[in-house]
Amino acid sequence: MAQEELDKAVSGEYALGFEIDIEEDKVPPGLSDEVIRFISKKKEEPDWMTELRLKAYHKWLEMEEPHWGHLEYEPIDYQSISYFAAPKKGPESLDEVDPKILEAYEKLGIPLEEQKQLAGVKVAVDAVVDSVSVKTTYQEELMEKGIIFCSISEAIRDYPELIKKYMFSVVPMNDNYFAALNSAVFTDGTFVYIPKGVRCPMELSTYFRINALNTGQFERTLIVADEGSYVSYNEGCSAPMRDENQLHAAVVELIAHKDAEIKYSTIQNWYPGDEEGKGGIYNFVTKRGLCEGENSKISWTQVETGSAITWKYPSCILKGDNSVGEFYSVAVTTLAQQADTGTKMIHLGKNTSSTIISKGISAMKGQNTYRGLVKIGANAEGARNYSECDSLLIGDQCGAHTFPYLESKDAHGQVEHEATTTKISDEQLFYLRQRGINEEDAVSMIVHGFCKEVFSQLPMEYAVEAKALLNLTLEGSVG
Amino acid sequence: MSNVVMEIENLHARIGAKEILKGLNLQLEEGKVHAIMGPNGAGKSTLSKAITGHYDVEVTEGAIRYKGQEIVDWEPEDRALEGIFLSFQNPVEIPGVNNAYFLRTAVNAKRKHQGLEELNAAEFLREMKALVQELGMKPEMINRSLNEGFSGGEKKRNEILQMMMLQPDLIILDEIDSGLDIDALRAVSEGINKMKDGKRSFLVITHYSRILDYIEPDYIHVLKDGKIIKTAGPELVAELEEKGYGAIEEA
Repeated sequence: MAQEELDKAVSGEYALGFEIDIEEDKVPPGLSDEVIRFISKKKEEPDWMTELRLKAYHKWLEMEEPHWGHLEYEPIDYQSISYFAAPKKGPESLDEVDPKILEAYEKLGIPLEEQKQLAGVKVAVDAVVDSVSVKTTYQEELMEKGIIFCSISEAIRDYPELIKKYMFSVVPMNDNYFAALNSAVFTDGTFVYIPKGVRCPMELSTYFRINALNTGQFERTLIVADEGSYVSYNEGCSAPMRDENQLHAAVVELIAHKDAEIKYSTIQNWYPGDEEGKGGIYNFVTKRGLCEGENSKISWTQVETGSAITWKYPSCILKGDNSVGEFYSVAVTTLAQQADTGTKMIHLGKNTSSTIISKGISAMKGQNTYRGLVKIGANAEGARNYSECDSLLIGDQCGAHTFPYLESKDAHGQVEHEATTTKISDEQLFYLRQRGINEEDAVSMIVHGFCKEVFSQLPMEYAVEAKALLNLTLEGSVG
Repeated sequence: MSNVVMEIENLHARIGAKEILKGLNLQLEEGKVHAIMGPNGAGKSTLSKAITGHYDVEVTEGAIRYKGQEIVDWEPEDRALEGIFLSFQNPVEIPGVNNAYFLRTAVNAKRKHQGLEELNAAEFLREMKALVQELGMKPEMINRSLNEGFSGGEKKRNEILQMMMLQPDLIILDEIDSGLDIDALRAVSEGINKMKDGKRSFLVITHYSRILDYIEPDYIHVLKDGKIIKTAGPELVAELEEKGYGAIEEA
């Protein structure tokens, strides 16, 4: 098949690139103690939080931006970014949410009215525009079971003890350059607490939208699953199409106590930029889960289709004996996108086990890197890991790279690693077309087949969304 | 003489810089079984690729008319939707693509093309299961990934299964008997023979005569050095068996 046909087939237009015209409250670009105090004040935060932010900021000033990723990009000018933007109208109830924001979420297919359900299933949504949460649904219904589901700003004001106990406990404020920046300037995000023995009765979800120009988004999410509880949480995101790069540096911390399980799914669809690499989101994200108690389980599933640059390694610290960590990932890089993504599985407890399934798809000039670390501590008797990293290349201008690292202090650890790189072959396409399936559907069928193991991990309604998104990314009919 | 379903006229085709078909003429009749026999390298597989629009083959001269229409410029999927089916010599493996899902997509693409309603999953599975049983395939083949890890015999049976579900008008069988044991050969041939309905045409491409004991041909064409050099009735098979291709002279 001709290269340009392939390119067309894999460069679907970014459908979520619209901008909403809302009145924004925005701080001038640049970072200083004053700006941080301003953000903290805007959020009506207690002094202890302001102090933590300033501490993080001063640590950040002493740190250096990391460049070990297999990524190439123009230097980021941190003084040209605005660190706070909020829709001017602060809503008290849904009736007061700016209709333009409601409309925007409607366009994105995210219902903010509780009676409207996503694919007929009840999903509680926290909607974040730029730096603030504009609406959280089903809060009361969840509260009846003792479940806290609110914006992180609210949590800092209303649940200071939980925040003091858990925030920075998994990702310390100086963990890395981007985590330190986030700790200083984080604006909104979601807080979830599931009490002992409670199984969260619905999917929880946050939808992040960058809207304002020259603004970074720095959300922070914290999920705590107390003993014997269960929660499935999903996040989605999108941004307008712009010629400038925008920075997104998020931190997510998960804590699973004894017998608890957290399932965290991401569908990442930030604006990817154009085929020359102009515009697009720089996505530098730190995600880490702590399996604190025995028999706890944390499972990360991610479908990464957007962003110009992705730097992201959702990880698990398997501290509790018999705890389980999982990482299922599909990363698509097309146009001029670059992704350096993977995971770390840190085995500390006995009989801990982890599974890594990574599927990288590269097309056009996309560059896709898997980077993973499996570390087995001295006391992690009986630890087991299985890793599988597969790369699929579409066309001949793209690239796939795999960097698996293993550190084992326990001779009894059992580690298996498999890696493959394949190309969509002309022979596969011809076979499907000979059966009457058109070229575009044939490409899509082969790609979906490749991603199957990961999609099967997503909650059903999100699997449908992920498949549709993948089709859109690969759209642009051929022939 | 019955109606002609395909007429190939003075066909020249090459793979890369090498001309493989050098002025081939062939007529396929409606409802008949045509066997193409010939030595290795004569151009048998290139002929099947030229008819189906394979990306390797470039037609440089001549015509392929199917049901009265010139199809040389048609996309492979359009030829398929119009009823041309190729049973591949070596079916390719497609990991993660469920066999039933694939086949249902293909069947419904064709039904849509014909202006028919799509088959729902239940209707489709009922039909597929019955045929899987008839062909002596293991039931789990329905949900395996397409051709992945299939044995040679399983792949060929899966080709025949697709053929029976898609109900094509012109069926090209490229070395269908290669790699088949006697049981598989029998099951595959029975499937093919069941498809004979007096309308449907077959082009059986084979190096050996063994398959022709099971699927009785109406015509034998000998392909040598890119051309059909002889066309005769089934009695030619015995002669070829005895004397080999070397003895056949251009008519």
